[in-house]
Amino acid sequence: MNYIDGFRDPDAAARYRVTLAQLGQELADQGGRACFMEVCGSHTMAIARFAIRDFLPPAVTLVSGPGCPVCVTDPGYIDAAIELAGQGKIIVTFGDMMRVPGSRSTLAKSRAAGGWIESCYSPVTALELARAHPEREIVFLAIGFETTVAPVLAMLDTARRSALPNLTLLVAFKLVPPVLAALIADPELKIDGFLCPAHVSAVIGANAYRPFAENHGVACVVAGFEPLDILYGVEGLLRQKIAGRATVDNQYNRVVRPEGNPVAQRLMDHYLMPAAVSWRGLGVIPASGLVLRPEFAQFDAEQRHQLTLQPGRPNPHCLCGEVLKGKIRPAQCALFGVACHPDHPLGPCMVSSEGSCAAEYRFASGVTP
Amino acid sequence: MNHDHILLAHGGGGRLSHQLITQEILTRFGSGPLASLPDAAALELDSSRIRFTTDGFVVQPLEFPGGNIGDLAVHGTVNDLAVSGARPRWLSLGLILEEGLPLTLLRRVLDSVQRAAADCGVIVATGDTKVVRRGQCDGLYITSSGIGEALPGFDLRLDRILPGDRILVSGPLGDHGAAILAAREGFENFHTPVSDSRPVHRLVEGVASLAWGIRFMRDPTRGGLATVLNEMTTGQDFGMLIRARELPFSPGTAALAEMMGLDLLHVASEGCLVMVCAAEVAEAILEFWRTLPEGEKARAIGVVTADQAGRVILESAIGGLRVVDVPSGELLPRIC
Repeated sequence: MNYIDGFRDPDAAARYRVTLAQLGQELADQGGRACFMEVCGSHTMAIARFAIRDFLPPAVTLVSGPGCPVCVTDPGYIDAAIELAGQGKIIVTFGDMMRVPGSRSTLAKSRAAGGWIESCYSPVTALELARAHPEREIVFLAIGFETTVAPVLAMLDTARRSALPNLTLLVAFKLVPPVLAALIADPELKIDGFLCPAHVSAVIGANAYRPFAENHGVACVVAGFEPLDILYGVEGLLRQKIAGRATVDNQYNRVVRPEGNPVAQRLMDHYLMPAAVSWRGLGVIPASGLVLRPEFAQFDAEQRHQLTLQPGRPNPHCLCGEVLKGKIRPAQCALFGVACHPDHPLGPCMVSSEGSCAAEYRFASGVTP
Repeated sequence: MNHDHILLAHGGGGRLSHQLITQEILTRFGSGPLASLPDAAALELDSSRIRFTTDGFVVQPLEFPGGNIGDLAVHGTVNDLAVSGARPRWLSLGLILEEGLPLTLLRRVLDSVQRAAADCGVIVATGDTKVVRRGQCDGLYITSSGIGEALPGFDLRLDRILPGDRILVSGPLGDHGAAILAAREGFENFHTPVSDSRPVHRLVEGVASLAWGIRFMRDPTRGGLATVLNEMTTGQDFGMLIRARELPFSPGTAALAEMMGLDLLHVASEGCLVMVCAAEVAEAILEFWRTLPEGEKARAIGVVTADQAGRVILESAIGGLRVVDVPSGELLPRIC
């Protein structure tokens, strides 16, 4: 733990508090304010867990972006997974998906009603189940951003090489750069900078953000997930804002390379191709997802069972879409903490521990004792 | 016994049932009130102030690093009595066995029950054995009730908690839940977490002379420290402030939590005591606890506050403040 402790040093954090206060004052003296978006759910979680908003000067707002894969999964996808469970398939999923509301039900309720639904920490669980139950079809719920896509494909690659006939993916992979482009194009949104994801960037590379900085004037800082990484990242964004610059600053260069991870990229390109996909709360965004190439249709649960993913019906009062776009804070939604809370989530942002609403509900930060 | 596995007939009341009881139960627990297999144990206490508790144990896997379902059942029941300010005296042992359970496994579990009961100074006074069909339970379930004598001097009530009181924990948090998770997920490559399944009654009895300053005690099992502290503060006119830097964690447990994204405030311990006490007695209690192996890592983790009424506030590792909420949903099913 000594390695991690170095990134959680309270004395260093106290120095960032002073630095950020000075920079915040400098910006306020210019008559400015800054709004930065942390794109990734793991950042949202760390910001809440370590009470990082407590360190921000008044002139700086940090809003949470669409980077929790569970939160942006369309209700229609959950409906399809429930349908497959009802047909006797073994569903394997990351645990956070269990309580995500579909149009009518959840996977947790489907399991209680007799569906075989396994939650897993690693996609490899699906391989093990496929080998152990050759008579059943195993459907892996393949959601996630670039970080998750690569290990899921590594699992699929193993299944294909060992000619396992009973393993399929229900694919809802999503890509970070296209959704950031969609957010920038929204005239209602005014974002001065992106705190770019740590591990997604390890796959796609820091260069992937250059168009946002160079063409749209949005500062981009790639930051790690530890609290000092995040404070350092906010400092970097604030310095760019004050100087009127917009560049890509890779502060997580102990992991992220400019070009990313070419092995993972080749694997993704081999199996997948871009497609327009639906994001809960954001709608359909062109080329923002990845689907299996036609030659791998046998591994595609949607094609194999002729499912057509229907856009689901989210709760009409749920403002998760606005939260995901960073337009409102969770507490500004009328359902927040009243009808919608972690034990009874109505919207996706309340379900995942990485969701903005769950994080804000659990870790309401900035309390003054 | 001539069989390697539990058969339905072991629960049928006939010869095999009798064999199971005499060979596996009476050999281990037959020296006391259980000797003549009465329908009810005859017990006598000097005190009329007793504490009575019950619990069910369904943990999977049945054996895990640091213990098994047998010692867990004893410790769980003993600890519920201890944190109520009682000296544990008698336990019941209800066994629900699945057809096909390997007898060697049952013996290991019963040996653990025997050892743990001896270590806690409690007597298994009554019990029951049932066998269910394959598939109707997951190997072995245990139910256990416990009777304890109230220790003089303890007056444990939430309304005695005052601002300025100290919050103490007797050892590392979250080891049991982490050990179960590691065992289920097959993590064996690094410092594997080890369950802290162990009794806390010595930690309580040893500080009985300071009982006047002890306000309240709990053991942070399911839901972890966050749940216990929230149960203490919800609806009260005081709050609590705890400091992340003071929280004791075992290195293997902390490493697993980082990898799995677990918040250890929500993870169960099975051999840890959380105490709220007057500031005047806190140091003396910690000093005594640290003389025992189960209290070696004891720490003062925070204070009771006059403001933030009804809330538990954490000062994070880097010095920010946030609310500590209870976990929602199932963090880990069937950990005890």
